[in-house]
Order: sequence, then structure tokens, then C-alpha cells
Amino acid sequence: MAEFQYVITDTAGLHARPAAQLARLVKETDCAVTVEKEGQTADAAGVMSLMRLGIKKGDEVTVTADDPKVLEVLREFFYRNL
Amino acid sequence: MERYRGKSVSPNIAIGRIWFYEKEKFQIEKRTISDSTVEWKRYEDARSIARNQLQELMQKVEEEVGEMNAAIFDVHALLMEDADYNAYIHRMIEEQMVNAEYAVHEAGVHFAEIFTAMDDEYFRARAADIRDISQRLVGILTDQRAEKVFWEEPMIIVAPDLVPSETVQMDRSKVLAFVTEKGSVNSHAAILARTMNIPALTSMPVKREWNGRLGIVDGGSGVLYVDPDLPTLERMRRYEKKVKKAALELQKLKGLETVTRYGKKIRLYANIGNVADAEEALYQDAEGIGLFRSEFLYLEKNSLPTEEEQFESYRAVAEKMNGKRVIIRTMDIGADKQADYLGLEKEENPAMGYRAIRICLDHQEIFRTQLRAIYRASVYGTIAVMFPMIISVEEVQEIKKQIEAVKEELRQEQIPFKEIETGIMIETPAAALISDELAREVNFFSIGTNDLSQYTLAVDRQNPKLEHFFDPHHPAVLRLIRMTVENGHRGGCWVGICGELAADLTLTAEFVRMGVDELSVSPPMVLPVRETVRNISL
Repeated sequence: MAEFQYVITDTAGLHARPAAQLARLVKETDCAVTVEKEGQTADAAGVMSLMRLGIKKGDEVTVTADDPKVLEVLREFFYRNL
Repeated sequence: MERYRGKSVSPNIAIGRIWFYEKEKFQIEKRTISDSTVEWKRYEDARSIARNQLQELMQKVEEEVGEMNAAIFDVHALLMEDADYNAYIHRMIEEQMVNAEYAVHEAGVHFAEIFTAMDDEYFRARAADIRDISQRLVGILTDQRAEKVFWEEPMIIVAPDLVPSETVQMDRSKVLAFVTEKGSVNSHAAILARTMNIPALTSMPVKREWNGRLGIVDGGSGVLYVDPDLPTLERMRRYEKKVKKAALELQKLKGLETVTRYGKKIRLYANIGNVADAEEALYQDAEGIGLFRSEFLYLEKNSLPTEEEQFESYRAVAEKMNGKRVIIRTMDIGADKQADYLGLEKEENPAMGYRAIRICLDHQEIFRTQLRAIYRASVYGTIAVMFPMIISVEEVQEIKKQIEAVKEELRQEQIPFKEIETGIMIETPAAALISDELAREVNFFSIGTNDLSQYTLAVDRQNPKLEHFFDPHHPAVLRLIRMTVENGHRGGCWVGICGELAADLTLTAEFVRMGVDELSVSPPMVLPVRETVRNISL
């Protein structure tokens, strides 16, 4: 289990489009990934569960994955898109 | 014959049958099923059909209105595959032994409620997306497909309201006109109508019983006739012929220069109010954007737009216009254009009040944020900036100081930008009268004739009782315009007009004679003005 923290800088937060992109990315990896915000955890493979966290600009999230390689990919995704 | 008046959002005329468009409400029956495996299979089949539909929709929308609008259907496709959503449906079928359409419907309601309860407005609005996908699935399962409405002949579409996902799905060759009760000048239907050159009316008291009856939509006067009598029909048929012929002639002017018979060129630009309008400006063959009103950024939100948000909008327009000049006017907000978060006090005389550059020079942080966004966007095209409500040279000098400070900041941060042209609006008599001095400070003038007329004639544009006093052809107004053009040229400025007068075809020749360099008009007026200019013997 590896994780990283990230503070959202995108003004729109984790809105539908990046949530969809993230879910798709996670699905492709076949690895369990969770995103946590203020004690609430979501399965990152689900758009609905990601969006239910209501992640906005300035929120800190913790991303956890089994596979450190996947985590690196996700880290890049967050830095590039969010 | 019945006659109704609404608000015209797109001119032209249409005659044809009325089709009353109603959102279909699905009848969802709850049934007990005997085999949950069969029922789940039904759901999976429906889902794969829906998947294909969304794929098609996405392509259609992308081709017609651009990638940004298509993304929503991509999100729909993913929502439909969502594990939680599917698990909910699966559980209902398995445990409660209910039919698939009922389970889907319930899942839609359940998840929509979760989103409706969220704090953030954006996420609350996503409830509609959940309902949309559930509705799509239910439609497939019950064999009632809302979007596959086909009608044989082209018709006048009448509806209480039309949302983009409805208008984009309509076969354009079958739409004669849009008539809606709700919806604004900037609604998707209105923009589509203008791009398609068909009439559209809003604020109409639409009635279901019009369905199937003959109608005439006169976008010129904003009137809808239902069951017109013969004389009206004949009159409107003749009128339609004339309008259609003229419109067709105008289309031939696309790609041609805006030049008088003897070779005097005029830059013919368009006024736009948001990013989507740029598309329309290009469609009408505008040669640039003469006035990009930045107010939409400030009025659409509950807080000040961030630098990033502004930058994205300016960049989008600059890129869309692909090197053609885009003149961004800085925030023109005041007590008459409300933005609650600015906490502006109510004024007795808002037109002459605390607005536009006056607010900007008081609140440097607001002004600088906008300037930064504009300069950052400058590398993506040919951007120029102009400032509204100027009355003195000192103001312009102060603005220039702010610009220099912003540029220095960007340099320090190593953010790229280009040097851009700066200009001012001439919309106060004061500015027109000292235009010789102002010309030394900037690269161009843009004359805002609406305010210039109101201030020169001391006639409040908001007061309907004064309508007949409001004469923008008043010699005093025209003299101020002439004076501004002459002073501008003497001081090395080019001069444009961006108010409503710029599209007044009875004045086009006079403006050309005065030496006006640029006319900026609403997109549908671009070609009519070009036609007029090309017929001027100067």
C-alpha cells in the first residue's frame, strides 16, 4: 500500500470531466485505488463515488494504491489535471 | 387567426406546421419478475444500446458544436458504467425481484438525491445527469425513445423550454423555427437558430393545442400567427420569399472583402458576449472581434472570476479567432449591471454612477487580475485591450501604470506575454471633446454610441417614456463621432465604432466618409453591413 497527498488547485475541483478521466484511468490499471477526503473514502474506479466526495479547489486528498507504479501514474494525473 | 407577440432572438421568417415538443414522461410500471438473471440480461442489453447512443451523440455534437459540449456525453457514458450505480440496480433486481426499468428508475432517483443534497452548486447540478442516464435506459427498456423523434416535414418547434441535449438531437433539416416560453437570447436554441439563419422567439405563452396547426413565425417583428387567414398567409409568403432571397445573396458575401467601390477598406468586426459567440462571429465571417464584453465572467457567478477562469475564456476566443484581432473590453459593471458580491450600493443614477473603470481604478486587485489574464492570453492570438467609461487623460495614465506593473510582474514570474494594442472607449462627451489629448495615450479608439447618445442627449435609455427623445442620429452625436475620428487620426490612433449605430445601415456611408476604420456589429449584422459598404461609391 502506497499513498500520496495532494491539494487540488483546479478552480472547478474534481468535476465531472476529470472524475471521468480518473475513473477510466484507474479501471485500465486493474488495481485497487481509493481517494480520501476528510475521512470519506471513495473507490476511484467509480465516477459517481468520486464525485460524491464533492472535491473542490483547496481540498486535500489522499490517494492510495496497491501498486506503487500505478500510484506514480496517478500522481502525474493529479499534478497535470487537478 | 391568433396572433402572439414574443421576444425575437433571431430574425427571418418561417411558415409551416407547428410541432409541440414535449418531454416524454415515461410510465414506469413496477412488476414482480420470476427470473432475475433474465431481467439483469435485459438491463445489460439496454446498457449496451445506451452506450452506442451516447457514442453517436458524442460524435454528432462534436462535429456540430465542438468538443467541449460533447464531453458531457462522455461523462454520461462513464456514469452509466459506475459500479455503485450498477450494484444498486443489480441488488434491486436480485433481492426485490422487480423489473429492470423500475430498478433503473429507482437508482436514478436515489443517486440524484445524493447529489441534490451536496453543498456545492456544481455537484448539485449533476443530479440532472444521473436522471438523464436513467431516463435513457428506461426509454430503451420500455421501447420509448425520447430522442428518436422523427417528423416527416420541416416544422416549427414549439416548446415550453428546450435544453441543449434536446436541440442538438434534432434533425436540423426538419426545423423551421424555434418558439419557446423560457430561454434567453443566449440559450442554445437561440444561438443555433442564429447560426442556422432561422427565426426564433422566446417569452411566448406556448399552448399544447397549437400542435399540428399552421403557423407563421416572423422573427423580424417577434410575432407568431397560428392558423393565419389567407391575406396574412399571402402577405407573409411574399415577405418570406424576399427575405430568403436576400439572405441567400448575403451568404455569397462570405469570404469577400469589406471594401467600397473605390477601394476604401473597412475592418468589419463582431461584438460578442461570451466564448460561444465567437463561433457565430466566425460563421458570419467577421474579420475580428471588435468588442468582447468581459461582463459575462462577472455576472454569471457568485464571486469574482479568478485569473485562471478569465485566462481560459480569453485564450479560447483568441485561439478560435486564429490570429484575427480580438479586442477585450475590461469589466464594465456598475450599479445597473448587478454583481451582488461586489457589494455596490443602489444608486439614484446608475448610468452616471460607480461603474466600469471607476471601480477598477478603486479596486486594483480586481483590475490587475483581469489585466494579468488578458496579457497571459496574448500569446495565443492577436489580442487588444480597451477600457470603458473614460473621461480624463489622468485615468488613462493611471491605467497605463497598472499595465506596466502587471507586465513587470509577469516578467518576474517568467510568464510569457506579447505587447498588445491598448485602446479606450469613447462613450462620454468628455472623452470625445478631449479626444485629441487622449489620442496621444493609446493605439485606438472605439466609439460606444449607445452611451455616447444617452450622455450627450441627457436621455435615460432605461426610461421607456423617453424613447422618442433618444435619437442617436442627432447632429450633436454625429459631430462628436466625427470629431473623435479626426482627432484620433491626427494623433495616430485608428478609430472604430462598436455601439448599435455601427450596424445602422443608413449611417454606414456617412461613417465611411468620416474615415472610420472599423465597424463592430452583432454577428448577424456582419454580412448586411458588408453588403452596404460594398455598394458605397467612395
